[in-house]
Amino acid sequence: MSLLEVDDVVVQFGGVTAVDHAGFAAEAGRITGLIGPNGAGKTTCFNVISGLQKPSHGTVRFDGRNVTRLPVNRRSRRGMGRTFQRLEAFGSLTVRDNVRVARDIHRGLRGLVRPAGADVDGLLERVGIASYADERADSIPTGTARLLELARCLACDPALLLLDEPSSGLDESETGAFGQLLAELAGEGRGILMVEHDMDLVMSVCDDIHVLDFGAVIASGPPALIRSDATVQQAYLGYSDGDDGDDAGDDGDDDVTRTDLPAVETTMTIPAVPAVHS
Amino acid sequence: MSTILSFTILGLFTGAAYAIAASGLVLTYTTTRVFNIAHGAFGMVLAFTFWDFSQRQGMPTWLALVLVLGVVAPGTGWLIQRFVTRGLGEGPVSVSLVVTVGLFVGLVGLAQYIWPPAPRTLPPFLPDQGLEIGGTYVTAHQVITIVLSAVVALMLYLLLNRTRVGTAMRASVDNPVLLQLFGGKPDRVASLSWAIGISLAALAGILLTPVIGLSYFDLTLLVINAYAAAMLGGLKSLPLTFVGAMGLGVLQSFAVAYLPSEGNLAGLRAVVPALFLFVVIVAMPQAQLRIGQVKGIVSAPLPSFRQSIGWGLALVVLVALLGVTMSDANLLLVGTAATYAMVMLSLVLLTGYGGHVSLAQFTFAGVGALAYAKLDEPNLYGLFLAAAVSAVVGALVALPVLRLTGLYLALSTLAFGVLMDKMVFQADFAFGYNGTLHAERLSVLGRSFDSTGGYVLVMTVFFVLMALVLLLLRRGVLGRVLIAMRDSPAACGTLGLDMRWFRVALFALSAGMAGLAGGLFAGLRGTIGAADFQLFNSLPLLLLAVVCGVTSVTGAALGGVGLMLLPVLQSSRPELAGLVFVVLGFGAVALGRDPNGLANQLFALGRALERRFGDRVRAVVPVLPLPGHRADAGEDNAVPLRRLAGDDLEVVLEEQEVGAHVAARG
Repeated sequence: MSLLEVDDVVVQFGGVTAVDHAGFAAEAGRITGLIGPNGAGKTTCFNVISGLQKPSHGTVRFDGRNVTRLPVNRRSRRGMGRTFQRLEAFGSLTVRDNVRVARDIHRGLRGLVRPAGADVDGLLERVGIASYADERADSIPTGTARLLELARCLACDPALLLLDEPSSGLDESETGAFGQLLAELAGEGRGILMVEHDMDLVMSVCDDIHVLDFGAVIASGPPALIRSDATVQQAYLGYSDGDDGDDAGDDGDDDVTRTDLPAVETTMTIPAVPAVHS
Repeated sequence: MSTILSFTILGLFTGAAYAIAASGLVLTYTTTRVFNIAHGAFGMVLAFTFWDFSQRQGMPTWLALVLVLGVVAPGTGWLIQRFVTRGLGEGPVSVSLVVTVGLFVGLVGLAQYIWPPAPRTLPPFLPDQGLEIGGTYVTAHQVITIVLSAVVALMLYLLLNRTRVGTAMRASVDNPVLLQLFGGKPDRVASLSWAIGISLAALAGILLTPVIGLSYFDLTLLVINAYAAAMLGGLKSLPLTFVGAMGLGVLQSFAVAYLPSEGNLAGLRAVVPALFLFVVIVAMPQAQLRIGQVKGIVSAPLPSFRQSIGWGLALVVLVALLGVTMSDANLLLVGTAATYAMVMLSLVLLTGYGGHVSLAQFTFAGVGALAYAKLDEPNLYGLFLAAAVSAVVGALVALPVLRLTGLYLALSTLAFGVLMDKMVFQADFAFGYNGTLHAERLSVLGRSFDSTGGYVLVMTVFFVLMALVLLLLRRGVLGRVLIAMRDSPAACGTLGLDMRWFRVALFALSAGMAGLAGGLFAGLRGTIGAADFQLFNSLPLLLLAVVCGVTSVTGAALGGVGLMLLPVLQSSRPELAGLVFVVLGFGAVALGRDPNGLANQLFALGRALERRFGDRVRAVVPVLPLPGHRADAGEDNAVPLRRLAGDDLEVVLEEQEVGAHVAARG
């Protein structure tokens, strides 16, 4: 039994189907990547999992229980934590107070009586933003704010971390440190589900990867397998790599190219597909 | 039998007009996420415009109609979307509410200014014509209205389902970001829907005017009926909105026909839409939290506790000096300002810290005043009991919207205000119709304050104490949680906060503060009536609170003085009566995006002065300087009040100083 199981979820916005019978899982102690082109429905999936969006169909199971109908805060109490693609830091509070308020909320009434103290600074230290502790959260760089959201999330000691593009805004060395932190967190037994566009990071830290396109899961598996998957190349690049040409055609999606979409600004960086590193 | 039929037809007629107005409201809300509180006010102003064109200037009816519906109304809608409400839907709901309340008050003021009160009539379409249906005479105007509502429904259906832009509109209902991602143009969609929406408001206003008359307020309050109907469709579904509107029209018509016109239930007829709204809201499904809003408001700096006490004392000393030098009439004004300032403090808690909007905060003050007068216990016990009553009422208003978002909370306060205005405050068990109640002045621990000066001083002490408690709260855990909830409800949810009960408690506390102010106000005035706590007083109160700065105690003090000056200004220059509201309304439109308001400008000024003169002043003055020596008596209204404002300025300076120290240490 997986820590998180998403089964046959459908989300429709008017005529647009944002998530189309998607199903995937995330395991405790492992890092799972959720990738796909812009508009593929990744963030919508996150919203369904964390309870911010009601699915029109399908179930979400967390820790063996069906949580599809639970409100956001109850899912959090069960051990789900998330960060946001469009930042949701408490902009008018300082970085330290952001984490402190999370800690106080997590501790409920005890938090009201005895506010959090030193452990908050420990968390800031851990994600590497202690030097920003006294700055207002709306004045710090994007990358730092993403780490702040992670620290805030960790203040609630979650069993599952949902990270929505956590590394965008980080430079190369910061991304390296961040990858290490993720591995550490998974080492503590936490499950991590991560939407990420930095393919280097995804390929190097993820244990499993699910690929979404047009709201549906088109491939699942370990990084090596995903990298060589023809359908994935088709979805990302609009053509599949010549070497794997014989794989193309066994999926109906191959007929669909991305050229029929209006120009969408893409922030995706995909390394040359027949990859050099393991 | 024919009575039922005739009242049904009458109900369908008003229902049809509501449907036209409500569909416009739904259209603008769904496509731009800005709930236009001023929707009815637009209908009112445009109905006046139609009257002006067709009656005063004598244009043919069809020409006036084409001009208003085809040019003026869509043009207004386009301008409003382009320059006022654009981008508001992305921001916190409190800002868009304040801005449209600004439009509301501004438009009412504008109508009063352009068309001063005078008897005006607008004849129905095709007067003297009609037809018989089952023994009931139906006027042509009624038939036209019902047919027009069907035409509007059909046109909207075709627009939304058969055209490209309509598809884009429907898409932006669910997810405007996604629409943009797929190549839609949300801005064009927004302009178009505002143009159509305002035209529909105008049409509804014009159709209803021959029946309910050209009145500033009746047509403006049409918005409550419209959104009660729209609520049935969840502010989304147009067919359900039409059903809701027709149902509401018929219900209202039957209420007029069959409910008693005397006794305590008489008021029930006027509040059918408000009750309808409450029922629909209670039945609504759980709202979803929105993510991706713009946030991070630059809050006003927090003064240290010691500094707050110092400046609170300074204020008390100042008012004490005023108390021995001013006339009783002027002292009453100071007391009124203190009342307003206390009610605004309750808004600092609710809106400034909590990010929620109450459109009927003065009604809660009325509840407190009523309880205080009825309890007839002019001591601390009675006062706090009155505040508690008000808090309980506040909790009761917030409870039905427990599962919904801030918008619905604000709307239900508006409905609550109407309910209290028309049904409770004027009832025999309350103030009575045009009646008043007597209230004794408060005595504290056996000591009574019979002189106006002494009583105003007590009120000031209460203001200072409330402000201190508020600042203390803001510094603690609760304050941080409140700010977090305001900045990002979605993040609070994912951190495990159950915001529903927190919100009820917040709302109750705020209502309790307003109730306390109301109780003190009752004691100040001695006699109070329903007219003192009208719903419409709450809107300028909210606007001035925001314009002066709803995030700081200083802003509340400034706003209190400002609101007290409004009627003074109006009575001294009656020709400017409407204009004052125009300025206030459009001022709020301009400043509504920055809830720190004028107080923040003063803070900035304080920063500049501190940099320039700070060291020199500190060299001469010992710690905690008291500005009492400046409080020599004034001769007329304005001068001492300006002094009062001047004192606030110094509070600001002091707050700045603390801010600077903190910053330096950090």
